Amino acid sequence: MRNRKVALTAAATILALSLSACAESQRGTDDDNGAETPAAGGDGSDATFIFGAAGEPKLFDPFYASDGETFRVTRQIYEQLLDFEPGTADTIPGLAEEYEGSEDGLTWTFKIREGVKFHDGTDLDAAAVCANFDRWYNQTGDAQNSAVTYYWNNNFGGFADQADRDSLFESCTVADDMTAEVKITRYTSKFPDILAHGAYAIHSPSAMEEHDANNVTAQGEGFAYPAYATEHPTGTGAFRFASYDQATGTVTLDRNEDYWGEKAGVKQMVVRSIPDESTRRQELEAGSIHGYDLPNPVDWATLEEGGNIVEIRPAFNILYVGLNATTNEALKDVNVRKALSHAINRDQLVQSQLPDGAEAASHFFPDTLPGYNEDLQPHAYDPDLAKQLLAEAGQENLEIEFWQPTEVTRPYMPDPASIFDAIRTDWEAVGITVTPKPMPWNGGYIEGTEQGQAAAYLLGWTGDYSSPDNFIGTFFTEQSNAFDTGNYEFAQELTDALVQADSEPDPDARAELYKEINKKIADDYLPGLPISHSPPAIVVSEKVQGLVTSPLAAEDFSTVTINE
Amino acid sequence: MTKYIVRRLFQAVIALFVLSMLLFAWLRSLPGGPVSALLGERSTPEDRAALEAALGLDQPLHIQYWRFLTRALRGEFGTSTFVSPGTDAFEVFLTRLPATIELSFVALLLAVAFAIPIGYLAARNRGTALDTGAVVTSLVGVAVPVFFLAFVLRDVFAVQLGWLPPSGRESVGINATRVTGLFVLDGLLTREWDAAWDAFKHLILPAIALASIPFAVIFRITRASVLEVLDEDYVRTAQSKGLRSNVIRIRHVLRNALIPVVTTIGLQIGALLAGAVLTERVFSFRGIGHALSYGFTNRDYAVLQVLIMMAALIYIVVNLLVDIAYAVIDPRVRAK
Repeated sequence: MRNRKVALTAAATILALSLSACAESQRGTDDDNGAETPAAGGDGSDATFIFGAAGEPKLFDPFYASDGETFRVTRQIYEQLLDFEPGTADTIPGLAEEYEGSEDGLTWTFKIREGVKFHDGTDLDAAAVCANFDRWYNQTGDAQNSAVTYYWNNNFGGFADQADRDSLFESCTVADDMTAEVKITRYTSKFPDILAHGAYAIHSPSAMEEHDANNVTAQGEGFAYPAYATEHPTGTGAFRFASYDQATGTVTLDRNEDYWGEKAGVKQMVVRSIPDESTRRQELEAGSIHGYDLPNPVDWATLEEGGNIVEIRPAFNILYVGLNATTNEALKDVNVRKALSHAINRDQLVQSQLPDGAEAASHFFPDTLPGYNEDLQPHAYDPDLAKQLLAEAGQENLEIEFWQPTEVTRPYMPDPASIFDAIRTDWEAVGITVTPKPMPWNGGYIEGTEQGQAAAYLLGWTGDYSSPDNFIGTFFTEQSNAFDTGNYEFAQELTDALVQADSEPDPDARAELYKEINKKIADDYLPGLPISHSPPAIVVSEKVQGLVTSPLAAEDFSTVTINE
Repeated sequence: MTKYIVRRLFQAVIALFVLSMLLFAWLRSLPGGPVSALLGERSTPEDRAALEAALGLDQPLHIQYWRFLTRALRGEFGTSTFVSPGTDAFEVFLTRLPATIELSFVALLLAVAFAIPIGYLAARNRGTALDTGAVVTSLVGVAVPVFFLAFVLRDVFAVQLGWLPPSGRESVGINATRVTGLFVLDGLLTREWDAAWDAFKHLILPAIALASIPFAVIFRITRASVLEVLDEDYVRTAQSKGLRSNVIRIRHVLRNALIPVVTTIGLQIGALLAGAVLTERVFSFRGIGHALSYGFTNRDYAVLQVLIMMAALIYIVVNLLVDIAYAVIDPRVRAK
């Protein structure tokens, strides 16, 4: 017995010694990216800014991204030719210090900013810019899928080897060292503004080549991305990528000391994934993070009482009730759709269920965009009119299945359950039989609504850039959409009107065209019911200064400083 | 003996094969899928169709399964679509496993360390205030949902008192060296004492929440078992022999009473993994339970398949080893 104990102790000691022998501390050593040992806390410019994110970035190559958590990180690492004016959705020069279009709007000349270096030390010039355009246009294989290159597919269309698809992009040529000339195949109102979007960030050509940036392959039920996108993102931004720790879900960015503009106010920025909203709140209250996005409006007052700063962004979004007449034939009659609209008490819904600053919607886009028709008002709450319209349509006993999203919050929909209940109650009050169908957001809701299985459903949109086309163009130009507008007689008319407006080079004339479309959507078409515009918030601790919020949720955190 | 082991191995392979089929079919029978997670709310029907074709999701189920099986046999388990997007699902398993082992181990240690002495004391002092108090505490332990206890613990000890971190496994800026992925052990091995202490502090609240279930069960079994043993003849004999009470307590009562307790502790390991799903989610403790929870909500097929299959594999291998041990000890098992 005694011998056995001695043997066991000896074995344990040997195991511990051999493990510790190969377990040297690696603190203080730089990694491949030149990351320095992080210093927690700190004061002033030596501080670390810690942000709580709702999810992990998908990768660090924004061209292959379409989700907010990825762009939140990549916006700090990269810059685009154009940028958004801080605090607005207006486009301003970025890496291109000047730009101008030809009279027909088909040729755009970008004067590239001098003295800008990528994080790998190479220079930004016109050749680097064109290398990026060529890279985007020449994606092949699995990278052409919308799940990988959503924004290119959506904004530019086809790729070089797709003869059957039109592409907006024609060419990019180097006029001189610091001047790039981009040609597009047709005029569109969204170009060049779309180049301010994070997906069109400019990367270092040499880093992309070194780390095989275009090697995307489908693997199982997902996609595998190259080392460039996961470990070596190289842009020109105020922060450079240092590390991503999957075990703790933290991304660490270091200040770019060679940045061409004003250097970041903190030495390091850490983005920590904390999926649960209440956990993010408690982390902020405990002082272990400096801020997080989309605090629940219910908590805004408490957070402010706790000394935090709740910054409310302008509402650049729309919440709507989508309708699908293919699933429920009764909805094909515009009077039925109008009845559903007039039955909703939008003002009460906005006051009772949405945060301060929310507004009832008359349009499918916010009033800051050109083409907003001031003459239009949200459909009035009028239950009697709703009943009358239903009677005229012979639908006094209308039955409708109404889909409710669960396990989700969105900037335009902070509490889907209460919004759903408010609308359902209003509809039932005018005699409509509503069958609720709750469904998890990623567990069938998105799929079902997009496939036209839901007669009525809650959905919305947050703008990517300052254009009506980003809202109603995306919703209705293609006739095969979640509203199934192709099933209505007005389908082609609406498509043609949207294409015509988007192709109109004169801004004033274009705005008039959009106003006319909005009037027809509200009065004649009504493929869905605009409900509200809701301002999303971001909360930071009182130690944080200098944060400029963005209506597009595209914050640049380089202006942030920590005042301990 | 070899024949017996081969037979049991064959049975294990069949069991895993059947489970993989059922799991594959079940996941795909649920509403939604990875297409929604990959495309988000902004896709068109054409986008969905193209993606389904690219990933082979438009194929009949048996063909999809065959592809999955052949890939899995080559060691390719697919990439995560939500939990760690773009990462190989097996790598997700390897990254997350140490966290769950660490949490479950500490939770079990806590449960055993408190439940056995308190159970023993409650039995020895049957009917007293101590006994009643302990029984009520154990009832509360069983009755209070783990996630509620987790919220309360976090609010009191992390937010109000500020003694412990509210979530996660490590504070930002610790920059600890990784060896095994068990953060406390890594800190000790590399002599990064601050890192070990920091990781331990992150473990305390989730471990207490998770320990509440096994604590209650182990306490009640210990108490009942000690009560039963106290009535045994051999205890009375030992007392009448004049043995010292410490000797009777440790050598005769506790030792015999612990036999069913040890069996119960073994059974609680499964319950711990189930409890870890909730606890890890509430505390953002990035282990297997955290990945399973978010993987299920967002239909991350690859991650769910690997995590559930690996859990089953571990379970089957452990059972196989136990069966082999039985066969070694008892030849009648082999004969059967």
